[in-house]
Amino acid sequence: MSEPAPPPRESEPAAKRLDVLAAVKEAAIAALVAFGLFVLLIGIRTEQGPTGALVFTTRFGLLAEIVAAVFVGRLLRALTWRDATVSINSLVPGSVKAAASDLAVYAAAAFVAFALLVPIIFYTNRYVLDLAILIVTYTMLGFGLNIVVGLAGLLDLGYVAFYAVGAYSYALIAQSFGLSFWICLPLAGILAAFAGLLLGFPVLRLRGDYLAIVTLGFGEIIRLILLNWQDLTGGPNGISAIPRPSFFGLPFTAADNGFAATFGLQYSPTHRVVFLYYLVLALALLTNWVTLRLRRLPIGRAWEALREDEIASRALGINTTTTKLTAFSMGAMFGGLAGAFFATRQGFISPESFTFGESALVLAIVVLGGMGSQLGVAVAATAMLGGFELFREFDQYRMLVFGAAMVAIVIYRPRGLVSTRTPSVFLHQRKAVPAAIVQDARTGVETPT
Amino acid sequence: MNRAEILTVEHLTMRFGGLTAVNDLSFVAREREITALIGPNGAGKTTLFNCITGFYKPTVGRLRLAHPDGASFLLERLPGFRIAREARVARTFQNVRLFAGMTLLENLLVAQHNPLMLASGFTVLGLFGSRAYARAEAAAIDKARYWLDRVGLAPRADDAAGALPYGAQRRLEIARAMCTDPVLLCLDEPAAGLNNRESVELNEFLRAIRDEHGTSILLIEHDMGVVMEISDRIIVLDYGVKIADGAPSEVRNDAKVIAAYLGVADEEVASAGLEVGL
Repeated sequence: MSEPAPPPRESEPAAKRLDVLAAVKEAAIAALVAFGLFVLLIGIRTEQGPTGALVFTTRFGLLAEIVAAVFVGRLLRALTWRDATVSINSLVPGSVKAAASDLAVYAAAAFVAFALLVPIIFYTNRYVLDLAILIVTYTMLGFGLNIVVGLAGLLDLGYVAFYAVGAYSYALIAQSFGLSFWICLPLAGILAAFAGLLLGFPVLRLRGDYLAIVTLGFGEIIRLILLNWQDLTGGPNGISAIPRPSFFGLPFTAADNGFAATFGLQYSPTHRVVFLYYLVLALALLTNWVTLRLRRLPIGRAWEALREDEIASRALGINTTTTKLTAFSMGAMFGGLAGAFFATRQGFISPESFTFGESALVLAIVVLGGMGSQLGVAVAATAMLGGFELFREFDQYRMLVFGAAMVAIVIYRPRGLVSTRTPSVFLHQRKAVPAAIVQDARTGVETPT
Repeated sequence: MNRAEILTVEHLTMRFGGLTAVNDLSFVAREREITALIGPNGAGKTTLFNCITGFYKPTVGRLRLAHPDGASFLLERLPGFRIAREARVARTFQNVRLFAGMTLLENLLVAQHNPLMLASGFTVLGLFGSRAYARAEAAAIDKARYWLDRVGLAPRADDAAGALPYGAQRRLEIARAMCTDPVLLCLDEPAAGLNNRESVELNEFLRAIRDEHGTSILLIEHDMGVVMEISDRIIVLDYGVKIADGAPSEVRNDAKVIAAYLGVADEEVASAGLEVGL
């Protein structure tokens, strides 16, 4: 009884107590930060009273509840997750990972097969068809931006500019010259590619954050030009009555020479929606095919080399100027094609459709999907736009849920859903390159040593 | 005895504001020779390399590169990528610069960018799967395989370059430079961080490059074991000025060189030289 306890057993509870103390301290700090953040946001409100004057109200009860919730949450986290670097990657055994990489091939095939079947499965559901068109459009934009950001490592925050150039090019050419969709589409792509070159020249020497700022400005410049060049673009009124696409010359109308009458079908407005869906799906698959192809060609490898080390690329005889410009213009071209599709689908465009929010959304799709991964981009586009719709019921909490999902992904998959890089060529066996080694668009400017 | 000149540096001066990194430097590197550039830290060796490979434009001076077939280039007038592409000067870097996220094989294919770009019809033919491009790529892979074999890295061809140990990264960087078919290979401290065995292997490898492939080598190195053993000619720089130029046996006994390295008065040079075994 009187025998003293062995030292290890004594120090153990002491360490535990210290742990609890540290956890309480951590939780208190978190609660303090939460208080600082929310005291003005939630605690104090000014509302318009019945006479029109502002009435000062307080909601300290709600504030206290939130601060308490943060305190308890942080305390629980500190006590249970202490030092545990939770990463999904470490929880998955190697054999499962190997199987998953095989699975990716089938997943991609299944994804494409499902995409092809969407109009058949959801033929009667116009809402789903419209959403599917939207998702595929953004997937295509994601593929295009992925060339610039994922492969060449050039952070572009103004991608919407090329989307806008494509849309306005299509609308103006189709309206002014009465050319068919299939002629206007490549023209819109070419004009957007030129816009890409135009942006590329001044930013040749920039990388990382500096490049991001200039491209952000470029996106705004294009939007402001569209807004203010009234004679050409119609300013804030936009352009309406843009010609709708026809099925190789057969318009989607109830007329005798329309699509339905020619094929002996009952006229239905869904025909056009289905046609638009397959049109954008074909464009997206074309973008995907070209990107995958380019990755295996010298130009694609040069883009990736540029992302990895620009100085070494130059020392190996790669013309970094033209390589960068081709990346910009190639990405811009696909943005322009997507823009032309957008214009013909909507029938009406205005500068409001081309705000920074669109650029941010496309960039978010690329970053979430995993830079350089095509499947990741497609999954991310589906998850983000589908998620927007899914959370529509939550009304004002939609953005909150969405933000929480983003934070979770940034914590658990900081390099995106598909973070490994697949080599373009192999000698014995194709092995994925772990994300930690691969450079990304965030690296800055360097000098040779 | 005197072989043809491959690189002729005349009155090269490089100033950064008030600092003169290289001052009125003239020397000649000859065909199928290993020319070593040595000197204390800050002597201007890497600056000279950056001038030769086009990363810096020299303030004054001329850099003439003559190919064995008679073509000649003024390097100070060419943009960096054309020095590698047309004048065929390849280089490695002091702190290894590989494409870390790409595999070894991809690294060596990027080095063959220009011939492959031509073969792919500047991407247009390649996009539609032309036969000629497929053949060119197969040839490029064969060449990459040859160099991977030479540096003993063939079994790791499909690993990421960034995952290699340091010594292997250095070897891969030399292999990558050789894939550009250089006339002049500039190596910035290739033996830095290598152990004794690796350093001996490096000596063998550099000699093989010189003798089998006829590539001239310009080398910056601090490891005197490497320098004295493999160099045909040594140029010593100090504060951007050339203080000695000659065969290894001449340079090692040069009083100015010993003084520059050890920083002692002239009368002490002899005894100091004995102490370090020069």
